[in-house]
Amino acid sequence: MTLKVVVVGAGVVGAACAFHAASAGLDVTVTDRGPVGAGTTSRGEGNVLLSDKEPGPELDLARLSRTLWDEVGGELGPDTFELEAKGGLVVASGPEGLAALQEFAARQEAAGVRAERVDRVRDLEPHLAPGLPGGVHYPQDAQVQPVLAAAALLRAAVRHGARFRQGEVAGAVTGRDGRVTGVRTAAGEVLPADAVVNAAGTWGGEVGRRLGAPVEVLPRRGFVLVTEPLPPMVRHKVYSADYVAGVASSDAGLETSCVVEGTRGGTILIGASRERVGFDTTMNTAVVTRLAAQACRLFPFLRGVHLMRAYRGFRPYCPDHLPVVGPDPRVPGVVHACGHEGAGIGLAPATGALVTAHLLGRPWRGADPAAHTGLLPDRFLTPGGAPQ
Amino acid sequence: MSEIVVDGDPLPFVEGQTVAAALVASGRLAWRTTRVGHRPRGVFCGIGVCFDCLVTVDGARGQRACLVPARTGMTVTTREGDDE
Repeated sequence: MTLKVVVVGAGVVGAACAFHAASAGLDVTVTDRGPVGAGTTSRGEGNVLLSDKEPGPELDLARLSRTLWDEVGGELGPDTFELEAKGGLVVASGPEGLAALQEFAARQEAAGVRAERVDRVRDLEPHLAPGLPGGVHYPQDAQVQPVLAAAALLRAAVRHGARFRQGEVAGAVTGRDGRVTGVRTAAGEVLPADAVVNAAGTWGGEVGRRLGAPVEVLPRRGFVLVTEPLPPMVRHKVYSADYVAGVASSDAGLETSCVVEGTRGGTILIGASRERVGFDTTMNTAVVTRLAAQACRLFPFLRGVHLMRAYRGFRPYCPDHLPVVGPDPRVPGVVHACGHEGAGIGLAPATGALVTAHLLGRPWRGADPAAHTGLLPDRFLTPGGAPQ
Repeated sequence: MSEIVVDGDPLPFVEGQTVAAALVASGRLAWRTTRVGHRPRGVFCGIGVCFDCLVTVDGARGQRACLVPARTGMTVTTREGDDE
């Protein structure tokens, strides 16, 4: 009998889960209360990064995901979601920062990441400010247009037999043994399911709670600024070395670290801020000002460029800043795939493959559950089964 | 009637019209193209939000034609964003 899987969330992670599960021959229904890719997926920059990850469970997933993005590009056509292997350039602002960056890069290299020391950063990015001491080039870093990627993955899943149903999840239906037998929607329908994948992004905590399997996924607000369209001026994903420290930090206050990159459409995207303000979407001009000033220090030509708009959204993070991917031991049938913080786009294909491997009970497309135990929800659970 | 110069040619305008209004009044609906696919772009929102109508005005690039009032002797260059 074919395993029936309901994927909650039609963002890039849910779409990747559906793509892999449907490719593996499972019976897949994707459900979302909103349109495809309209939540967390649409509020980021489309980062597919190895450069910002330290060796560990997240980098292991990211390395697999980088390979799988190329496979998805080969299967669906790289232009359908603007897959660009543009490479990343991390620049240090002073000699101390450079030494720390090079030490970090050496550890990444030992973990299988390609990292090349760059002494003259303006050879790679001619419009960078003069006087920067150096940096590290990460040729594997890439970019996708995240909403197009979610839509392309979901379309491909549908070609493999998956269905998309708009609707909000209200709870899980369980059998006498406690196993999931279906998903109850807010409209009162029951979607039959042997497994439910929680791919609800920033709302993964709430969906987990409704399914009886709560995980702590918290929102961190981030702003991205968009310039007017320009001729190509920025070739790589360029960011300052302090971005890595900002990603790993748990500080409650505002943190900004400059990330600058061009897009196919000609606009330049400027990130990245992180604030812990709950689900507050208020515009904050102080953040916009600070990001713009940092970007202008990195790329002085930006002083003469108009900002077209700024968008913001939430980076869903777990307390230990690792995603939670795998079956929940409290409710058999519930599989989490959320909490990717600012890396959800990059990590989506490997997350989808890993979820599929968990569902199949065997490795799938290079994703072996035994190799990614550090991402299991078990790490948050006490022996009694309650969140710590 | 007053005139501005658009890509070397005189273009009449009525006092109070923006550069975009003068262009549209003359029958030009598109004056730049997108970088990908070279699709035509002109006035879309007309209120300074979409940045689709960009032109160079007296040497200053990236100006929104829908926000810049036309003035006699003004030099406008179109076809921004064409460079690949």
